[in-house]
Amino acid sequence: MEVQTAVNRTQSNAYLKAVLAIVWKDLAAELRSRELLAAMLVFALLVILIFNFAIELQPTLRSTITPGVLWATFSFAGTLGLNRSMAIEKDRGCLDGLLLAPVDRSAIYFGKLFSNLVFMLIVEVIVLPVYAVLYNTNLFNPGLLLVILLGSIGYVAVGTLLSSMAVQARTRDVLLPIMLFPVILPVLLAAVKASGGFLQQAPMNTIWPWLNILIVYDVVFSAIAFMVFDFVVEE
Amino acid sequence: MISVRKLGKRFGTKTVLRGLDFEARQGEFVAILGPNGAGKTTFLRILASLSRPSFGDLRIAGFHLPSQAAAVRSRLGVVSHLPLLYGDLTAEENLRFYGQMYALVNIDKRIAEVLEMVGLRQRGRDLVRTFSRGMQQRLAIGRAILHDPEVMLFDEPHTGLDQDACDMLDKLLREVATRGRTVIITSHDLARVEALAGRFDVLSRGVITSSVERGGLGQRNLLDFYREALAG
Repeated sequence: MEVQTAVNRTQSNAYLKAVLAIVWKDLAAELRSRELLAAMLVFALLVILIFNFAIELQPTLRSTITPGVLWATFSFAGTLGLNRSMAIEKDRGCLDGLLLAPVDRSAIYFGKLFSNLVFMLIVEVIVLPVYAVLYNTNLFNPGLLLVILLGSIGYVAVGTLLSSMAVQARTRDVLLPIMLFPVILPVLLAAVKASGGFLQQAPMNTIWPWLNILIVYDVVFSAIAFMVFDFVVEE
Repeated sequence: MISVRKLGKRFGTKTVLRGLDFEARQGEFVAILGPNGAGKTTFLRILASLSRPSFGDLRIAGFHLPSQAAAVRSRLGVVSHLPLLYGDLTAEENLRFYGQMYALVNIDKRIAEVLEMVGLRQRGRDLVRTFSRGMQQRLAIGRAILHDPEVMLFDEPHTGLDQDACDMLDKLLREVATRGRTVIITSHDLARVEALAGRFDVLSRGVITSSVERGGLGQRNLLDFYREALAG
């Protein structure tokens, strides 16, 4: 019994170490090249600027349109990041290197998920103040920040799984958004509604259902990805 | 060490391997030869647990594939024509990352040993993207032997290397093979594998059609044997 417990603990440690090793590797490589973050950030800022010029906003309309603009920006920039993050693994055969490691392959999924999440959160942290200044809107609302965190987790949970499928195809750049956006629609809808609720200071009983959808979506899709990732990445 | 029975692989309607049988003993160095599209890479990817067989029985070091893939993977080292290395990490960082993925202990000591063996001790702290193709391939071998595997798979490792780099790679391949490891290599460079391997199998149209030990070549050279095997 004690031996079995020790074996389980060792396996759990190896799993956790593999997840952390992938996160560390992605962050260290990105710190040097900055190609992924730079592309996501420039793209996000351009989307915000385009919205700013394209829509003449009345001050009264800002709080209603802000959640939509924000989440459109995050999801477009996020797609770019997801594509690049997996392409880096595929182009030099590194995905095979990861798959050859004697760890449960879901560790690779969670490692990529956490590093994609970190990249997305960094972009969001930079984009939010820029948006607040450009649109003269106060976005520093703890409720809104919670929604952004939950929405981002749901986005990368599905996005990491689908990008590992799309990266196998020659048309990966167009394939990922085509596969991702229909699946991610419930997250975007719930995130936009919940963000709008917090920005318009709506009563919590109208926001809770959307928050619940986000939490359930995050848990369900992380669990699905945990179960199917091995089959997705193997030929 | 490796036992393959009636192995098959289909991609949609296309059958690449058609009931392939293969054996390799511990310490054996086997070269798998064959024309493009014969199924060499597919066979090695199945051995490496990167691809799932459509049918057949496959065991490595007594472990069944794909049901005991993790146990097999801890005993395998794989080198292909792609380096499987991250250009924006240094050589040491690449090895440390893979060492963590293999849950190695005393990683720093092992990294120093491996860098010494592949002749890159002085370049350990340089980014891999600054390495020549030959240096990257040497580091790729270092990555593959980091966890001291029992079986090494080389999928056309000479591709894209110049003569000097190929010579250096061959020296390393011999060193890798001398430690009782089972080595399987695929290559189109018959002259090079003739000097390296102890057995030569010809894979054609999805099955091993001919096999010969180095001593069995007699007066023929490997090219003659290869042509006869394909013609037959």
